Amino acid sequence: MDALTVVDLVLAGVLTGLVYGLMALGLSVIFGVVRVVNFAHGEMMTIAMYVTAVLFGWLGLDPFFALLPVAVVFFGLGYALQRGLINPFITRPEHTQFMLLVAVAIILVNLLLMIFGPDAQHVQLDYLLEPVELGPLLLDRGKLAAAAVAAATAAGLFAFFRFTLTGKAIRACADNHLGALVVGLDVKRLYALTFGLGSACVAVAGCMMILLIDVTPTLGPAYTLLAFVIVIVGGLGSMPGALLGGVLIGVSEALAGLFIAPSAKSMFSFALLILVLLVRPQGLLGKSQ
Amino acid sequence: MGPVVDRRRFNLALAGASAATLAPAYVHAQPARLKVGVLLPRSGVQGFIGQSCQKGADLAPGVLKSMLGVDIELMNADTETNVDTARTRAERLIQEGAHVLVGPFDSGAASAIAQVAEQRAVPFLINIAAAPQITEQGYKFVFRNFPTAVDLIRNGLALIGDLFRATGAVPRTAVFMHVNDTFGQATVKAIGAILPKLDFLPFKIVETIAYDPAAKDLTVEVGKAKSTNADFLLLVSRLADAIILRREMVKQRWEPMGIISPGSPGMYENQFYQALGKYSEYCISNVPWYDPAKAVTKLVEPAFKKQNPKDELMFHALNVGYTFEALMVVADAYKRAGTTEAKALTEAIRSTELTSRMMLGGRIKFDAKGQVQGNASACIQNLNLRPMVVLPQAAAQAKPVFPTPGSRKA
Repeated sequence: MDALTVVDLVLAGVLTGLVYGLMALGLSVIFGVVRVVNFAHGEMMTIAMYVTAVLFGWLGLDPFFALLPVAVVFFGLGYALQRGLINPFITRPEHTQFMLLVAVAIILVNLLLMIFGPDAQHVQLDYLLEPVELGPLLLDRGKLAAAAVAAATAAGLFAFFRFTLTGKAIRACADNHLGALVVGLDVKRLYALTFGLGSACVAVAGCMMILLIDVTPTLGPAYTLLAFVIVIVGGLGSMPGALLGGVLIGVSEALAGLFIAPSAKSMFSFALLILVLLVRPQGLLGKSQ
Repeated sequence: MGPVVDRRRFNLALAGASAATLAPAYVHAQPARLKVGVLLPRSGVQGFIGQSCQKGADLAPGVLKSMLGVDIELMNADTETNVDTARTRAERLIQEGAHVLVGPFDSGAASAIAQVAEQRAVPFLINIAAAPQITEQGYKFVFRNFPTAVDLIRNGLALIGDLFRATGAVPRTAVFMHVNDTFGQATVKAIGAILPKLDFLPFKIVETIAYDPAAKDLTVEVGKAKSTNADFLLLVSRLADAIILRREMVKQRWEPMGIISPGSPGMYENQFYQALGKYSEYCISNVPWYDPAKAVTKLVEPAFKKQNPKDELMFHALNVGYTFEALMVVADAYKRAGTTEAKALTEAIRSTELTSRMMLGGRIKFDAKGQVQGNASACIQNLNLRPMVVLPQAAAQAKPVFPTPGSRKA
């Protein structure tokens, strides 16, 4: 195995990992603030992938141009979902939250099956089949673009939470729920905003993911699980942790596939998860409780 | 005062009751139609192939009625490309009254359904599934009109030799990539057993790479294969993974002399052309194929066109052909048995001898294990976005192209 192949594939792992990270970022943001684990996360990404595929198929809209409208629509849907359905469950036991969101996930999968059928759909852009040459390295143009979008979205989200008043208010809610209520913050609205932001993140991830993989209605559960693995490895509630977790999973899969067995590569994501749970249960960048 | 029941009335009532009791047996012996449980993966990873096979099932009742004069009723079930689902759907079909099972385009699912068929003593005819062990277990109710992986690979490798002779190409190395499922493992064993004995083949396998049949991304696998610098890719795939793999080869600018399947699905399927367009060109599949000139094909082709006006049989040839033939075998057996009773139907299937068929090969006749011998393969190359027979020369529609244009020479 030559070094060039190794570098090539590790870079591909980093790029894929960044998109994984963006997907998991939405989950992490929602949990970090609202303290609800979104078990319908992968299904929401699957819907975003279908919406992007439909916009491409019907209107010829390039997924890079579909990003913004899809993200805005998902923000609205996330906001409405939180206000209308999830909010009453915030103070209820965790198992009822779990059942609620699993039920939402199952309904979404079946709706997708009813609307689109079981067939896989893909968006093939010929210009993305041409790799980017970086000296002797060949980088997948689609992955590179998707990773750039993921990095830009994550940076925008960090900036929002750090520099805007609303972002700071959301962080205040996350840090001290009672204190936020005492100082008069509209916590319910801020929770809904957070859920909307998390949904917009997963929508952007979906728009990019359709460039990398085919979508089927049953894709969701596997990606919900993957998002969990990533946020647990990176640290539940930590935004940089989600990105780091995504990159680590992407690279570990690439290396395991390269040096051990490609058919067993996903096993190494779970091995990494177990290792992190044993050595650092709060995740690599998570805060210990 | 109520009616008086005298001896004559009592005897009449007794006769009536006896007739009513015996009627089901009489009706059973004179069935109106054969209920065939058709199990196919119409959704999931193999969904497109399952739907392709379904086209062969859907046209069968009409064609078989005109061919054999028998009525068959299809009871369709989706295995969802899942072995456990295949097992439960087979159970349910039997509970709902299926007299015989047909399907399921997958070795794993076929193994599971075979167990159910044996336990419930219901005949099961495999349309497509190649794992040899399915007909090596001494099953009494399981039959297969499709080559085993060993036969498939033997035929496929022989055609690779013919291809090299016809084109004058002498590739020295191959990288072998295969799906890691029951079928893939069976082909690995077959290639390991057969290839070393074929000294007329000039190449050796430098690396074997197994991958998940449900893989969404094959970047690493293709990168690893590319790094071997092998002259050509020997591929055992399904459909979805074949598309992903070919796309990834384009992205990584890997242009070996060619891609050759020694007997697996994927590269001759309609969806392969639709998804990849020009990138589907020149891929080669050595697979069992249909004969357009046969009398049965001439009955099937118009029926296919009628049911699928925008489609062409050649894009579904293997799937439609073997699914139709499986139904033809059970319809023929039913006609000869004159009953839907499982044992009689099983024996009638066992004694099948059909010389008129749609697919290339000898007659359909089951051996003691329930396996049809003598199914032949053809070398199919994608040319102008269509599957074209390029070998054997007697049936060739075009000349083989190897090495493929743009690839480096060996």
